Amino acid sequence: MDTIADDFPDMHLEGREHLVVIGNGMAGCRAVEELLERDPGRYAVTIIGAESLVNYNRIMLSPVLAGEKTFDQIVINDHAWYEGNNIRLITGDPVVGIDREARVVRSESGVEATYDKLLIATGSDPFIIPVPGKDLPGVITFRDMRDVEHMLDAAGRGGDAVVIGGGLLGLEAAHGLSLRGMKVTVIHLMGTLMERQLDEAAGWLLKSELERRGQTILTEANTAEIVGDTHVEGVRLKDGTLIPASLVVMAVGIRPNTKIAAAAGLAVGRGIMVDDHMVTSDPDILAVGECVEHDGQVYGLVAPLWDMCRALADGLVEQHSGYRGSVTSTKLKVSGIDVFSAGDFSGGDGAEDIVMRDAARGIYKRVVVKDDRIVGAVLYGDTADGNWYFDMLRKGEDVSEIREKLIFGQAFALGGGNDDPHAMVAAMGDDAEICGCNGVSKAKVVQSIVGGAVSLDAVRSTCKASASCGSCTSIVESLLSLTLGADYGGDLTIKTLCKCTTYGHEEVRREIVAQGMRAIPEVMQTLHWSTPDGCSSCRPALNYYLLCALPGEYVDDQQSRFVNERMHANIQKDGTYSVVPRMWGGLTNPRELRAIADVVEKFNAPMVKVTGGQRLDIFGIRKEDLPAVWADLNAAGMVSGHAYGKSLRTVKTCVGSDWCRFGTQDSTGLGVRIEQMTWGSWMPHKFKIAVSGCPRNCAEATIKDFGIVCVDSGYELHVGGNGGIKVRATDFLCKVATEAEAMHYCAAFTQLYREEAHYLERTAPWIERVGLQYIKDRIVDDQPLRDALAERFLYSQKFCQDDPWAARVAGAEREQHAHLGEFRPLEILAAE
Amino acid sequence: MIGDWIDIGALAEIPLRGARTVPVVGGEEIAIFRTGDNAVFALVNRCPHKQGPLSQGIVHGHSVTCPLHNWKIALATGEAQGEDKGCTPTIPVKVDAGRVLIARMALLTTALAA
Ligand code: SRM
Ligand SMILES: Cc1cc2nc3c(=O)[nH]c(=O)nc-3n(C[C@H](O)[C@H](O)[C@H](O)COP(=O)(O)OP(=O)(O)OC[C@H]3O[C@@H](n4cnc5c(N)ncnc54)[C@H](O)[C@@H]3O)c2cc1C
Ligand code: SF4
Ligand code: FES
Repeated sequence: MDTIADDFPDMHLEGREHLVVIGNGMAGCRAVEELLERDPGRYAVTIIGAESLVNYNRIMLSPVLAGEKTFDQIVINDHAWYEGNNIRLITGDPVVGIDREARVVRSESGVEATYDKLLIATGSDPFIIPVPGKDLPGVITFRDMRDVEHMLDAAGRGGDAVVIGGGLLGLEAAHGLSLRGMKVTVIHLMGTLMERQLDEAAGWLLKSELERRGQTILTEANTAEIVGDTHVEGVRLKDGTLIPASLVVMAVGIRPNTKIAAAAGLAVGRGIMVDDHMVTSDPDILAVGECVEHDGQVYGLVAPLWDMCRALADGLVEQHSGYRGSVTSTKLKVSGIDVFSAGDFSGGDGAEDIVMRDAARGIYKRVVVKDDRIVGAVLYGDTADGNWYFDMLRKGEDVSEIREKLIFGQAFALGGGNDDPHAMVAAMGDDAEICGCNGVSKAKVVQSIVGGAVSLDAVRSTCKASASCGSCTSIVESLLSLTLGADYGGDLTIKTLCKCTTYGHEEVRREIVAQGMRAIPEVMQTLHWSTPDGCSSCRPALNYYLLCALPGEYVDDQQSRFVNERMHANIQKDGTYSVVPRMWGGLTNPRELRAIADVVEKFNAPMVKVTGGQRLDIFGIRKEDLPAVWADLNAAGMVSGHAYGKSLRTVKTCVGSDWCRFGTQDSTGLGVRIEQMTWGSWMPHKFKIAVSGCPRNCAEATIKDFGIVCVDSGYELHVGGNGGIKVRATDFLCKVATEAEAMHYCAAFTQLYREEAHYLERTAPWIERVGLQYIKDRIVDDQPLRDALAERFLYSQKFCQDDPWAARVAGAEREQHAHLGEFRPLEILAAE
Repeated sequence: MIGDWIDIGALAEIPLRGARTVPVVGGEEIAIFRTGDNAVFALVNRCPHKQGPLSQGIVHGHSVTCPLHNWKIALATGEAQGEDKGCTPTIPVKVDAGRVLIARMALLTTALAA
């Protein structure tokens, strides 16, 4: 314990009202500063703090941990300040009780202080997750200077550290520890880092950067226990993974510290309840900072404290101004990583996203506008305009005038003073850089247009402007129309994948492979998607393209799948599902038929029918019952029939040489073998195969994506057939002599389609687009390529031929089938 | 005691860019959505077009695309976007300390209206 101004009360303070402050932290001292500024002679002040230090800037503990600042540099008020203002300071001695009747507070060591006004500013306590081992030595939180000292101590011994919590605090702790030489793993419960401040796109950028710096980031990771005998030795996750650690920092959240206020009988909700003047339920007791709840809100950042302290000081000197809540913004204090987030970017009614991405410079910006006003912003990589956006947000400024230019930042938006984007482009200097990726100036673009490049494509291929990331496309188009005037039709020759991007399917596929992209947010960032997380057209396409490019590595995103593929069943008009088990080549047996019959009865399925694809379809199953239905079908040896997928559907067969008097080959057996080779494969669209035993073609092989017609001398291979709205008969590809060759060509053709077609393009339109010769050149005439394609197909099949039904039966994706809860309104009414 | 808000589960139990359902005995099923930026919305699980289960659609931005015929519904208002016209009732919902809370009155009204 350390007390200064021990001879208190000084003579000259006599007659003043006595203000006692509990908590020597940021809000408590700031409130006193504000008060002194307004009326230095009004109160005699005593501050009692639990920490044994003077008032310091808590948010700067992160730079202290990272070695960028010393403690002395973060002190806000040193001893001289307390002395100079006649403040009596008691440190290292927490207040343990408030006697409201006697108006006395009592400290742990027994010091008593009488008050006229009492101010509670006790901040928050870190939340400790209640897991076994939480009390082991080596498990700490990140709140005060003592915690920093513990961390520095541990870092001095080196080794592994685990930080639980990937929010602002956790990431700053992880950054500091890793700069201090520890090997750091961050465990985060949610899928996105700092999910309360960032959206998925920015969270993903942050995660990749931290990983690049050597940290291990585990998202969707749930801590089960902290292990160790006498000291922490590691953290075990719910999935069983054990991460060794000699230090564990818990940074999962904070709880307002309301203990003494509650014990004194003050009104306490999540925090100590205060009115607009920071007065608690006792008119002589005030509270400020993180420990309070105002208008249903509690805060965990400093900006609201400043507003609160102003309102509080005004009230104490009887110039009531009142506190009306705060809008907050966040910046991450990790050197070299710029992240800014403000307001509410969860949008809502009529909110509109403006997104800009610059992959080359690692920038993602998103501003949310609603009713012509900015309501939120997330910036990654370039936060220079954060305060500008935040300022307009707080003032509720009308941005309709600068809306088009808003996302380019203050300099650009306010610079030109001209609203017409064409005029802005016209006003740019000749040496202004248009395309950052390829370093192309305005003069160069104009030059190539004048030289004959009169379309976007032509500009791209002559001077390379807009040929890489595409973010300057609109400027190049402006230049085209400025230069060519009425001659420029403006017809974009590229059909884009969807409205979220300027890229076409082919370019997206090519870039994914060329740049080795590995995740949907990465593609969106690299290729400058104009929306935060895409739409229902591009997300399934990207998911497929990545899956195809990275067999066995890419983790499928369930939420980017159409309902049927997510539920592994076909949705019906009433919201129930139909279930089609696989029947290889259309063959079945008593065991399978019995199992299907039993399922139909057991689940009261209203209908079972033979499909056009030679399978049995069970209708009217509820999503909750799907796993149970599948379990019964699995038990009889049946797996998913993928009747729901952009995938291999069915291989239809006819009876063939075993029975049929015209049969030339074993079409049934070949069909079964082909289905066993191709089942489970994901495709750009559905893919159907058939094998007919003779040219009578009972299996309708000539309207399938890949059809085989058996003849005496071998197998005729046909491709690109389609039933449906626009019937297309197959093209003849070639004839092969053996069954093995037929299968080999089938694998090669399938893979070519998988690797090159646009998503949702069946083989028929694909072949019309690229031409049959293109296919023949590759599959028939180029043996090494054919072999390589077939090999790639078989390799990717290694990862696809697990029955998705069995996985669900075993508990995977449980949330897709179970309800979150159930309401019984009558019971809710009755409970009133 | 039951307050103005009813706890229906943990936010973490709703998949990011996904939805979970909550049946209402004697009323209409409710779909609780969670978007890519962690906003939460509650709507009656019924498309204004032909009653498609919106919970099963693809969630993007603050919209969901109905799984049956691809109508795009704004999660905040329940309104169909673009050319399509129609509206699905929404129910006030909020997140507190990682728990999803739904407005009691609106829930009862929804149940009784059905
Ligand atoms: C069940 C089945 C009808 C039946 O009872 O026989 C059927 C049912 C559906 N077909 Fe089909 N098609 C069925 C065989 C066919 C066939 C015949 C065949 O496969 O030999 C064709 C023509 C061949 C073809 O695909 O080229 C066929 C051409 C279509 C088309 C048009 C495709 C096209 O490219 O033009 C669609 C629409 C689509 O896919 O976009 C379609 C779409 C559908 C959908 C998936 C409509 C939908 O999105 O909900 C139906 C699903 C109902 C369900 O829940 O099961 N169905 N559909 C057949 C299932 C076969 C199987 O066992 O897997
Ligand atoms: C590492 C770190 C980084 C941060 N970074 C940022 C940032 O970048 N931006 C931002 O806006 N915010 C940041 N914050 C949050 C910010 O520090 C807090 O919002 C702010 O400190 C809250 O002020 P306060 O006065 O309410 O609480 P505190 O500053 O915690 O002060 C409360 C004081 O009361 C004392 N006390 C508690 N109980 C008693 C008792 N019974 N008797 C006596 N004393 C008691 C405590 O020991 C403490 O000293 C960060 C916090 C940490 C820990
Ligand atoms: S023909 Fe039309 S109605 Fe019949 S199953 Fe196919 S899509 Fe449905
Ligand atoms: S029912 Fe939703 S779009 Fe038709």
